[in-house]
Amino acid sequence: MNILRTSRVALRALGRNKMRSFLTALGIIIGVGAVISMVSIGEGARRGVEDRFASMGTNLLFVSPGSRSRGGVHSGSGGWNTLKPEDAAAIEQQCDAVKYTSPSASTRAQVVYGNKNWNTSIQGTGAMYPEVRNWELADGTYFDESQVRVAAKVCVLGSEVKKSLFEDEDAVGKIIRVKAIPFRVIGVFKSKGESGGWFNRDDMMTVPYTTVMKRLTGQEYISSIDISAVSAARTKETQTQIEELMRIRHKIAPGAEDDFQVRNMSEIAEGAAQATQIMTILLGSIASISLLVGGIGIMNIMLVSVTERIREIGIRMAVGARQKDILLQFLTEAIVLSVLGGLIGVFFGIGLSKILHYVKIFSEFKTTVSPSSIIMAFGFSASVGIFFGFYPARKASRLDPIEALRYE
Amino acid sequence: MSTPAIQIDDLTKVYKVGETEVHALRGVTYQVEAGEFLAIMGPSGSGKSTLMNIVGCLDKPTSGQYLLEGEEVSTFDRDKLARIRNQKIGFVFQTFNLLPRTSALENAELPLLYSSHINSKQRTELALKALESVGLKDRAHHKTNQLSGGEQQRIAIARALLNSPSLILADEPTGNLDTKTSAEIMQIFTRLNEDKKITLVMVTHEPDIACYAKKRIYMRDGKIIREEKGREGCEDRAR
Ligand SMILES: Nc1ncnc2c1ncn2[C@@H]1O[C@H](COP(=O)(O)OP(=O)(O)O)[C@@H](O)[C@H]1O
Ligand SMILES: [Mg+2]
Repeated sequence: MNILRTSRVALRALGRNKMRSFLTALGIIIGVGAVISMVSIGEGARRGVEDRFASMGTNLLFVSPGSRSRGGVHSGSGGWNTLKPEDAAAIEQQCDAVKYTSPSASTRAQVVYGNKNWNTSIQGTGAMYPEVRNWELADGTYFDESQVRVAAKVCVLGSEVKKSLFEDEDAVGKIIRVKAIPFRVIGVFKSKGESGGWFNRDDMMTVPYTTVMKRLTGQEYISSIDISAVSAARTKETQTQIEELMRIRHKIAPGAEDDFQVRNMSEIAEGAAQATQIMTILLGSIASISLLVGGIGIMNIMLVSVTERIREIGIRMAVGARQKDILLQFLTEAIVLSVLGGLIGVFFGIGLSKILHYVKIFSEFKTTVSPSSIIMAFGFSASVGIFFGFYPARKASRLDPIEALRYE
Repeated sequence: MSTPAIQIDDLTKVYKVGETEVHALRGVTYQVEAGEFLAIMGPSGSGKSTLMNIVGCLDKPTSGQYLLEGEEVSTFDRDKLARIRNQKIGFVFQTFNLLPRTSALENAELPLLYSSHINSKQRTELALKALESVGLKDRAHHKTNQLSGGEQQRIAIARALLNSPSLILADEPTGNLDTKTSAEIMQIFTRLNEDKKITLVMVTHEPDIACYAKKRIYMRDGKIIREEKGREGCEDRAR
């Protein structure tokens, strides 16, 4: 029997039990749909993270307190409070591969304008922050060195904060209040086009870092330093220069552990991409389990079907079906079930990822259905059919013709 | 003289049921010439079906030799036997053995699904012709369960005819049918035997039915005990 003929016989057999065939395929439909939509969420998250880091600029470096080797746990001498504004100034003056630095100190607070309220992140930065972060203003100007020196009560708003407090009104020149202190708005950032709750860079405002330290939090240390290298090619060199300088400034003996760490953008991007990659694998494997369960469903139904159709098998053998023909017939039924299920599952999965895009917590990822995930899910479902269909099919083909004919 | 259609020599068949052995055939030797119409009779359990299954290549003997049209088939493996069944033998069973919820046409064309070189159009054509020859052309698209016993058996005969076999084996073909329908079936068999020269071997309980055949053998305890030819023993029976 050729493939076409076998498929037709299989389709006819499946058609005789439509409801059961559909329910059996449903396992595969859900499995494939789950794999495709989950992987698309993971992929979307990975691309989102990559894009975000790419837009920050590849010549960006960060100095933060605490040692690299001890990871997040800091104890004993040093701890978190090791970075001073003078470190930033020294780095900018003494490292020739460094272009700009911007110390940072941040807090969260309620911001008030008229009868409007907005709780947002308040980032204290240096005057060079827009250059370091490669981020332009939509309106007004950024604060300068002299304003930083005097801890001026000026601020620049992220686009979402601006919208929340001012709507379409002009913000520049207006006075807003943070912790009862009046701040003059001198600029508004261009929107990064982000929405939702996680890492939203439009939902923040900046003030001079000195203002955060002296007027808002009272802290004496800065939380990190943003640095831009003169070029992306020289980031490695920049990193070494900063490390050498900081070890001298912080009087760290040779062989002793650093109380700071310098990381560059590509390192951070890599870490984040890796984390989302792990998330994709995790989501994908959980979804694969449902595909596996679908496969077991196929095996179950095929076994029932073989038992129910023992007489049919006997009849086919009596008129000349070889073992191979019977094996192929039942195997094809299983494959047709899983491949049809897989096909419907692909559309189901694409639809599901489109819908998930509108669900709030996923909305900031563009869920992207990659061709590779479709091919993978489809191929996987076909192999599930072959794998789980083989045992029942072989069982059918090994029946003794006479016993099969006599079976009641 | 031409090659006999069936030539069996000292066939035995032993079934093992747990510890005990059942000797279904105890040395059967017989020869059926091409174009013969033979009836096998005998009490229940005498080994008639066992013999038919071996002759029909559905089963293999425990010992002995079986030549089908001169070909030693007792040594064939499963796939070769399937080929023989497909190409040379047509079966008709007491319980019809049709696929349920399937049309007469699809049932009739079943053997052709397992023989190559025939496309679906030719298949349908041949199946319709076979159905016509048993008078069921207008029932081709009926499902088997919508048809009477006699009609179902005629579909089975059409199916048996499909690969133009040289041998048709019928195991109690009229066992589930009334007298009138049985006579119709027997007329079809007689016609196939006389017009198409198909060799026919048929098992039956009923002497009336057996008398349609040109030869009768009687079995008991796995052995052939008697043979009758022509109208011998049928003199008082109508035909
Ligand atoms: N598959 C089997 N297993 C065990 N014994 C069997 C089997 N088939 C037939 N027999 C036995 O073989 C003998 C002959 O059976 P069978 O050929 O069916 O007789 P008949 O068709 O003449 O009624 C009986 O005793 C029967 O019980
Ligand atoms: Mg019998």
